[in-house]
Amino acid sequence: MQTAKKESLLRKPGVQTLLASLICIVLGLLVGYIALLIINPAGATETILAVIKNFWAYSKPEKQLKYFGATLVTTAPLLMCSLSVLFAYKVGLFNIGAAGQYVAGAGASLFCALALHLPWYLCLIAAMLTGALLGAISGCLKAYRNVNEVISCIMLNWISLYLVNTLLTKVKNPTSKDTYNVASQSTGSMLPTLGLNNVFNHKNVTLAIPLAVVVCVFIWVLLNKTKLGYELRATGLNKNAAKYCGMRDRYNIILTMAIAGGLAGMGAAMLYLSDFEQWAVTQASVPAMGFNGIAAAFLGGLNPIGAIFSSYFIQHITRGGANVNMNMYCAQISDLISSVIIYMCSFVLFMKQFMNRRLDARQSRKGGHDA
Amino acid sequence: MILLLQYTLIFTSVLMLVALGGCFSEHSGVVNIGLEGIMVFGALGGALVMRYLPTGTAPAVIFCVTAIAAMLAGILYSLLLAVAAINFKADQTLVGTAMNLLGVSAATVIVKAINTAADSSNVSSEIMYVEAKKAFVIVPGTEFSWFMVLAVILLIASYIILYKTKFGLRLMACGEHPQAADSVGINVYRMRYAGVLISGLLGGLGGLVYITAGVSAWKFENGVAGFGFLALAVMIFGAWKPQQIALAALLFGLFRSLSNVYTGFAFLKNLNLPSTVYNMLPYIISLVVLAIFSKNSAAPKAEGIPYDKGMR
Repeated sequence: MQTAKKESLLRKPGVQTLLASLICIVLGLLVGYIALLIINPAGATETILAVIKNFWAYSKPEKQLKYFGATLVTTAPLLMCSLSVLFAYKVGLFNIGAAGQYVAGAGASLFCALALHLPWYLCLIAAMLTGALLGAISGCLKAYRNVNEVISCIMLNWISLYLVNTLLTKVKNPTSKDTYNVASQSTGSMLPTLGLNNVFNHKNVTLAIPLAVVVCVFIWVLLNKTKLGYELRATGLNKNAAKYCGMRDRYNIILTMAIAGGLAGMGAAMLYLSDFEQWAVTQASVPAMGFNGIAAAFLGGLNPIGAIFSSYFIQHITRGGANVNMNMYCAQISDLISSVIIYMCSFVLFMKQFMNRRLDARQSRKGGHDA
Repeated sequence: MILLLQYTLIFTSVLMLVALGGCFSEHSGVVNIGLEGIMVFGALGGALVMRYLPTGTAPAVIFCVTAIAAMLAGILYSLLLAVAAINFKADQTLVGTAMNLLGVSAATVIVKAINTAADSSNVSSEIMYVEAKKAFVIVPGTEFSWFMVLAVILLIASYIILYKTKFGLRLMACGEHPQAADSVGINVYRMRYAGVLISGLLGGLGGLVYITAGVSAWKFENGVAGFGFLALAVMIFGAWKPQQIALAALLFGLFRSLSNVYTGFAFLKNLNLPSTVYNMLPYIISLVVLAIFSKNSAAPKAEGIPYDKGMR
């Protein structure tokens, strides 16, 4: 009786997704640990624990809270990027362009804040629209010219990186390679803190964090409870069937990419309008945030609510990576771990099939016994 | 002018090699988005060999050993794609993306570990190979290298293998209609492995050529700056055919090299455009080209779909 209950629990897709994600995480950490052991066995255990612990490594509660806050500040944009990826994926599109849309959002929000001194909500909207525009370009190319969205997104990633670098050179701090602090130039462009900065004892904790969660719930509702969401998911499951039912497939593709782009662009505004970091106008590669969004989306089982946890986890180990002993290892060990996790995520389908097959086998064995 | 020619030819070689790699993989039915990561690993393999070869090694030996190391590194790395996509029927786009991220982060970790072990204050991800690089150059003082010759040889070889041998025709059958190929006794899994591993070989070599193009040190943190994806655009523009890929690579190579040498041309310099415009140019051109040429795609019909024996 009890085993039957356990099995039915294991059969639930949600439970299977969770299990598969946990397996991915464990394997990712294991590979990271092995890499550390190979580099230098002396401090490997200590280092991997430092990565996993992140802010718990500090003994004082205030410090813990502060570094927890810092992790949350970077979680908000990552959550937006992962929403962007998973939203497009539901419609069968692989939005690797989240990285470029994020860059575009960063450019738009910082330019509006530093050069035009616009209030924060206008900066946020500008970032969303710019990201959406970039996404819509990929969508149009896909819908009307049959250009694979992965390739067009990658090209747009690089184009937007160079464009944003050029644009933001205009608002660069002359003494460094970074843009000005938003707080020093235009306080009205800073995201409101709602007192969260005092709660976490960290000045960059702002509205961005609750806002990201709200958007996340909104996306969940949009996908699962509205006509549009139903149409989009139907298009993703079978494009031809959806078209046959009278759904506008081209329009849906473009709209999806625009929404996805808007999400990623907004994510960038959440980070840069919190003044957590400045844009370095000399950067030669697209920021990793958008690509980590892919990891977070798949690790969260392509579920908006799952994405909250997976985004947090990825930022948790990324910030934990800063704790490694730089004399022996490098902070990129966290990137290594998260890229291994993405790689393992591609086996999720196989893991689920494997679980189901095992359960089937057990059931049929038991069935035979009863007879 | 001669400078432009040098850079055009060297970038053309890179794009052509990597695009041919993609061509083999896609003809066998596996989409290889991970070429970027494969290039990084090939580059890493070659760079490490160049770093550790004793000074005074004969140039011919340096050339052969480095090229073989890059190819082997590429093949090994492409196994990640082969296993996931062929045996485990994974989403090929996702695997490829993971490989690109993994390539850069793993290479950075490896190089930094080596650098830090040698000198604990050195935390850069750079490998230098000033001396070893001289072995590749045909005319001293220029960028004309033996890799260009090798690239042309491999281009001809690719054409012959794909269209004139039993192996090549079988490989292409697996990308068009794997079930039909299986029904006449072709082992689809083995053919797809061959396609992916060949793309690893060519991609790895392309990565090595890329990091020796005009520079003699490489920062692995930067990966290969989207070159793997440019190569994919070249492959699509070249309609998955080696001879057209060569021409497409030449066009893209020309635009890419402009960003390195535009200051040498008075009329381009007088335009006073920011250098970023030239950096963007290859990507813009490829978008336009893709928009024009993707409508009637000549892509292998079964690419991207995991092969399942039970499916019809």
